[in-house]
Amino acid sequence: MTTKSFTKDALIKAADGLRKSYRVFVPVKVGKFHEFKLFEDGDKPDFEYRKTRKSPKGLIFPQSERMLEYSIDEHKPDHHIMKESPKDYSPQVVFGIRPYDAMSFKVMDVNFDTEDYKDPWWIKRYAATTLVGICRNDLDSKMFATENFSGPYDIRGLDVALYDLGDKYIAKSLTEKGEKALAAMGGNDVSAAELAAIEKLTPDTNAPQAAPTDKIKEKVVNDLFDSTMWEDIANGCINCGACTFLCPTCWCFDIQDEIHKREGDRLRIWDSCMFPLYTLHASGHNPRGKKVQRVRNRFMHKIKYYLDKYEKGIMCVGCGRCVEACPVNIDIRRVCELMNNFTK
Amino acid sequence: MTGYTEKIREAAKRLLTEKKVDCFIGFRKGSVPMVNYPVIVSDPAKADELIWDANCAMNLANYVIGRKDKVGILATGCVARNLVTLVQENQIKREQLYIIGLPCSGMIDKSQVIDKYGDVEIVSVIDKGDTFAVEAGDKTDVLKKADFLSRNCKICAHHNPIEYDEIIGDKVADPETYIKPEDVKKSESMSDAERWEFFEKTFSPCIRCYACRNACPMCYCPTCFVDESRPQWVGKSSDETDTLTFHFLRALHLAGRCTDCGACERACPIDIPVRYLTSRLNADAKEIYGFESGLDPKMRPLLDHYKLDDLNDFFK
Ligand code: SF4
Ligand code: SF4
Ligand code: SF4
Ligand code: SF4
Ligand code: SF4
Repeated sequence: MTTKSFTKDALIKAADGLRKSYRVFVPVKVGKFHEFKLFEDGDKPDFEYRKTRKSPKGLIFPQSERMLEYSIDEHKPDHHIMKESPKDYSPQVVFGIRPYDAMSFKVMDVNFDTEDYKDPWWIKRYAATTLVGICRNDLDSKMFATENFSGPYDIRGLDVALYDLGDKYIAKSLTEKGEKALAAMGGNDVSAAELAAIEKLTPDTNAPQAAPTDKIKEKVVNDLFDSTMWEDIANGCINCGACTFLCPTCWCFDIQDEIHKREGDRLRIWDSCMFPLYTLHASGHNPRGKKVQRVRNRFMHKIKYYLDKYEKGIMCVGCGRCVEACPVNIDIRRVCELMNNFTK
Repeated sequence: MTGYTEKIREAAKRLLTEKKVDCFIGFRKGSVPMVNYPVIVSDPAKADELIWDANCAMNLANYVIGRKDKVGILATGCVARNLVTLVQENQIKREQLYIIGLPCSGMIDKSQVIDKYGDVEIVSVIDKGDTFAVEAGDKTDVLKKADFLSRNCKICAHHNPIEYDEIIGDKVADPETYIKPEDVKKSESMSDAERWEFFEKTFSPCIRCYACRNACPMCYCPTCFVDESRPQWVGKSSDETDTLTFHFLRALHLAGRCTDCGACERACPIDIPVRYLTSRLNADAKEIYGFESGLDPKMRPLLDHYKLDDLNDFFK
């Protein structure tokens, strides 16, 4: 573990310096919202942003990605053979990511990297990514704590933690990848007083209120599933993808082929269990044909199935994006409470 | 509009108790500022959850589609027009609806208010009639509603519901003459190339979440063209061509049907001004055919009737 100190200006220079050996993504205001963008000449990173509107999950799990390509032109010797499309796995740094967004990759990793299934693209890109995160007391009232995010100083998902001490940042490397990135960032030696200051910032410091989920583990899946509360929860939902597309922990995707003339691409594209198409069978049957079934699935997946299957808490880092963006105010905190208090 | 809540509760309770309706569609107070929660109440005891304020901007007409029962529903000027259009398009029968009309002086534009405060979080927004109080950071401001009206409300020609069974509150003054939207004027002054550039720039950040489509009561097709796979009309990736195709086709499917309720724009999680396209089509419907959607349940929709004096100079 190495520690270094940076003034606020020096941090921008350090991020810039990393561009020699990494593709560096930084928070930049684009239009009305902040988003992570490849750091290019002339960009002005804004590390004091509050929250990006879209989560940075697309940096490891892009919204649409060409997986394979093929030709159906029978004059070509390799026609009808799927070949992997070229992809960029060069090392990348996400600089200035917040701890909750960094944790979201850990939450998703349990799905993409399991004993039985290994998603090669996810695994390679996650391995090529170094998360240099900023810990500052900047949570808003739509955010909440879960097992996967305790507060602004919860550094579990990060490779390097940068503690914002007001006039400077104290960097601490947490992993091998982080060690390497920090070595390339430079910085000044840390004083004993600075070290003491960051030691005071524990995962519980400035922690937000937790979503009530402590009793969900003991509920019987089918009882929750059959509950009548879902009708009321789902009534207002318009079944859009705003919640799941902004969510840093939603991992669902669809696979689609696109053919132009005789050349085809096999794409993987974000999907959402809120869309009727998500479960539509080729026969025309849809096992989740009703809105209430889809809404129930979103919450059961996040708050019950994930919890039971992996025993790693609920599938949510409490970022509050869905709370903020849902046009009809379907609030996951309220759903947690209803599920937690549910009795048969 | 601040005095509506009590009257709404009374009406809902009465209609449900007297079994004039099987359910009642309104809003419950939301858990975050400026977003209320659409509810369908069937127990008269729950009528007291209903509220009304200038943040009830999602379109309740969305929730009547396909219902078989008798529905009580709150309707502002635009929502009533959407209900009428749904009746014209056979999505619900007029007899199934008990419309409580609400003269409406306009909704607060949530994104304009959020923009004003930037990174300072808004804790609460309380409607006070002509003004509203915003509690943000450690202070409270009282702002004029007229300065923060939703863009569609600013140019609304029908604040008062035209079709209703009962009306609550006093009528609001409608503009005397047709107001051509500024956005439409702006687009008319652009060259084709400029217009295309503007369209591309405005719509390409779309993340294809379809909140705009799903918020719209006029988008009720069992399978939307973007979801159709045989044949596949539009690609599903975030390729710009596909995204732009979704937007102009969605808009064209609303020609002569959109009531400019603004729900689509309001629902967008990344604030894309999707009304740019539909408000242009609304202006065309008005200027070319003198048509505004949803004014009379007996009238046919614009695109399914023909008049001899219709503009036809595109026939050569
Ligand atoms: S708060 Fe909502 S958007 Fe954020 S991780 Fe949880 S479910 Fe996803
Ligand atoms: S909540 Fe829905 S979209 Fe999100 S990961 Fe679960 S099933 Fe997929
Ligand atoms: S919960 Fe909200 S954001 Fe999610 S699909 Fe329903 S309406 Fe859309
Ligand atoms: S297109 Fe938008 S403004 Fe027009 S009716 Fe639909 S939701 Fe309302
Ligand atoms: S709501 Fe916004 S982001 Fe979603 S599809 Fe419509 S324009 Fe695109």
